[in-house]
Amino acid sequence: MDTRNFLFMFYGFLAAWVIVMIYIITLARRNSRLKRELDDVKRLLDVKETRAEDRTASLPHGRGSVQG
Amino acid sequence: MREKLVYILAIVGAVLLAWNLYGIFTVLPDEAAQGAIYRIIFIHVPAAITAFTGFFIALVLSAMYLKTGDLRYDSAAASVTEVSFVFACVNVATGSIWARIIWGIWWTWDPRLTSMFVCLLIYFGYLMLRKAIDEPTQRGRLSAALSIFGFVDVIIVWKSIQWWRTQHPSPVLSIRTGGGNIDPAMEHMIYRDLLAFLLIAAAIVLVRMRQEMIEREIDSLRRLAHA
Repeated sequence: MDTRNFLFMFYGFLAAWVIVMIYIITLARRNSRLKRELDDVKRLLDVKETRAEDRTASLPHGRGSVQG
Repeated sequence: MREKLVYILAIVGAVLLAWNLYGIFTVLPDEAAQGAIYRIIFIHVPAAITAFTGFFIALVLSAMYLKTGDLRYDSAAASVTEVSFVFACVNVATGSIWARIIWGIWWTWDPRLTSMFVCLLIYFGYLMLRKAIDEPTQRGRLSAALSIFGFVDVIIVWKSIQWWRTQHPSPVLSIRTGGGNIDPAMEHMIYRDLLAFLLIAAAIVLVRMRQEMIEREIDSLRRLAHA
């Protein structure tokens, strides 16, 4: 193989892979952040539901017994 | 199922790329004037075509979003655009390194390079626009409009080396010239690399689409939590 300008050819291939790799690392980090956020929101919803159930249970005769 | 498809696309793409790299460095003939640097063409051109294919798919998905209002099209368009933007950056970076040796400069404002720079700005703007707007339908509508009108610049980039006398080399692929401008073995390698790039890009797009889906789920759960 003709080795003239080999170094810059190497830089070219390297630049391509560095750009793609940086993007893939960004994607992987975003993935773990999204999974964490999803877990947090699901936990928040669970807490909210549990509180709502507790409030219903603490009513004197339950929600259904309130007469208008 | 989707995860399996991602793995299949990525592995097939990577194996094909490794096989191509072997061919690029050991099988293909040398270019008489440029030395080893000419081999950048096997990254530069497939990256450009991958990016432009992606921008075209994003245009179609954006039009479908505007027609149907289905946010899944909007998410898919955003995913495809983001991945295509990365390949457009690869195209510009490799082109610039090639230019440093062949032209003696990293960059020049000739029509091909300038229109490509504008293309990067348009799609970078698209990605920033999506970050700036929280309301999903408004975000979808505006970014779809930008994607559709932005594609005009992709056509200008594609045709610029035919419309104007540019410092950038003229078209070499036989689909544009009718043949005779490039060694058939080299052209064949460009197409093989293009296939590898498209497979890898498709795998990344699927991962990115899954993330968009999770983001939508988080949004709806948040709304539920704060209702």
